[in-house]
Amino acid sequence: MKYAHLVWGNLKRKKLRTLLTLLSILVAFVLFGLLCSIRQALVGGVELAGADRLVVRHKVSIIQLLPESYQARMERIPGVDLVVHQTWFGGVYQDPKNFFMQNPVQPEPFLAMHPEIVLPPAQRDAWLKTRTGAIVGRTTAERFQWKVGDRIPIRSPIWGQRTWEFDLVGIYEGRDKGTDTTPMFFRYDYFDEMREEGRGRGLVGWYTIRVKDPSRAAEIARLVDQEFENSPAETKTEPEGAFAQAWARQIGNITLIVAGILGAVFFTILLVTGSTMSQAVRERIGELGVLKAIGFTPAQVLGLVLAESCTLAGLGGGLGLALAWLLTVNGDPTGGLLPLFNFRTADLLLGVGLCVVLGVVTGLLPALQAMRLRVADALRRL
Amino acid sequence: MSTTNETQPQDSALVRIEGVEKTFRRASEDVHVLARLDLVVPPGEFLALMGPSGSGKSTLLNLIGGLDRPTQGSVTVAGERIDTLSDRRLADWRARHIGFVFQLYNLMPVLTAERNVELPLLLTHLGKAERQKHVATALAMVGLSHRAKHYPRTLSGGEQQRVGIARGIVTDPTLLLCDEPTGDLDRKAGDEILNLLQALNREHGKTIIMVTHDPHASARASRTVYLNKGRLSNEPVS
Repeated sequence: MKYAHLVWGNLKRKKLRTLLTLLSILVAFVLFGLLCSIRQALVGGVELAGADRLVVRHKVSIIQLLPESYQARMERIPGVDLVVHQTWFGGVYQDPKNFFMQNPVQPEPFLAMHPEIVLPPAQRDAWLKTRTGAIVGRTTAERFQWKVGDRIPIRSPIWGQRTWEFDLVGIYEGRDKGTDTTPMFFRYDYFDEMREEGRGRGLVGWYTIRVKDPSRAAEIARLVDQEFENSPAETKTEPEGAFAQAWARQIGNITLIVAGILGAVFFTILLVTGSTMSQAVRERIGELGVLKAIGFTPAQVLGLVLAESCTLAGLGGGLGLALAWLLTVNGDPTGGLLPLFNFRTADLLLGVGLCVVLGVVTGLLPALQAMRLRVADALRRL
Repeated sequence: MSTTNETQPQDSALVRIEGVEKTFRRASEDVHVLARLDLVVPPGEFLALMGPSGSGKSTLLNLIGGLDRPTQGSVTVAGERIDTLSDRRLADWRARHIGFVFQLYNLMPVLTAERNVELPLLLTHLGKAERQKHVATALAMVGLSHRAKHYPRTLSGGEQQRVGIARGIVTDPTLLLCDEPTGDLDRKAGDEILNLLQALNREHGKTIIMVTHDPHASARASRTVYLNKGRLSNEPVS
């Protein structure tokens, strides 16, 4: 700490250059934070997927429906613990931009299947008693300022021209930080009865299966697909994580895209900061010689230059990460398209690690150059 | 050349240079700067080292200060053979024994006068309060207590050199090495610096070796030696 004023003084030597370098680093780390949040929003479902859950969808495509009767047949397969189904409703509230996910489900088995959805017992009971009842996650309830008892009108072009009316009987929380609390769930019996003729009555979107022994998940997935082989609606069964991944891959390999962009950004920042540090050291070879003359050891000179580059990276990176956190702390900025959008602690820590790496890598060469300076030669350059 | 340090406690000399040669390699040519040179400086002496440009004065001063190593011969200061020390040990030794005063002051422009003076003390185990006490004393000795918070760019050349001297003496070094300390100053400021060096030598017993090519400056020293073409003599070169 006693050298802090020396390090700080050197950074203040060329204020504009330091400021511009700091801003470059800051922008890079803001971008890092935002891209990590977007990646999390798009592929976060993979990490949150239950290891004991399988998803069964139509073999051709997720938009092809499956018969409701499959549920009983799946329940008979040895090793299957629970089966529930969901169907994509695709409705909007008041305005097309007010999109969020709504799915019809069977309340009791659905809540048993998804313990990450936390609903007060009284609201759970109300949902079981109310045919038009719906529950919604805290994020969407706050977004539209809904409260229990409200009547919610939703229009869905998929299921006819009518406006569906739901009674909001519950607002659920997520058990984990990453749990998506934007969807609305309502009762399948109400949905099936009310959907128009020719709109797939008796058909559902996909099934979720809970297996008794997660280590047998692959074997059970095979059994399920065999059960419906050569039927009009063949199935494709996969772990919930793989299903979420396939869903995200409709956009592309998000992780690779994010890594590519960040790689380019950090490579540029490495060059910018490295050039700044090299220039800063070249400009004061003589001063480094004076420090050595008065007794600073080669290791101390190395440490001073590294401290400078690490301070620069730490300051710029730290401010960038803080700004990224501020920009993402309120969650999804799109109003429902990226429900899992958040800057995870793990990504924040990765950012801190990147700050350190940036500081060390950009400072190492100039620091070694300063360390190896011969005092007499350095003093001649004054 | 012996690789071990030879301690000579009975030696009355503070600086003993024996058979020192220094050769630099320039392109493919060897340039002999110092040739079999011997010099003894007793404690408490104020020695002026004179000679024309390129005579090797600064090279000799660098050897005595442990900034460079001789090609041959030995350099013993305060009983310690310094030409065989490792870079790290030499740096520690310089911090303990040597104070440098440079022609162009060589202050850190980003630090205030007091922070510049404090620099050598950062290498000691002194706490902040003790360091500040030493800095205040050193600045008082050079008459610059009132300029402690000023940056070098706001000080005159003479004041900057006095800060440089304060930095040189703040650790109470065994030996003060001055490389043309008045070379960049006008006569009046130069005289003030020479008065200061003379006072440090006479009143505080500081041993000083000063490189200069100014006879006016060398007249303040207690002894003057002359260097020409790498050889020392007690008489000026004609």
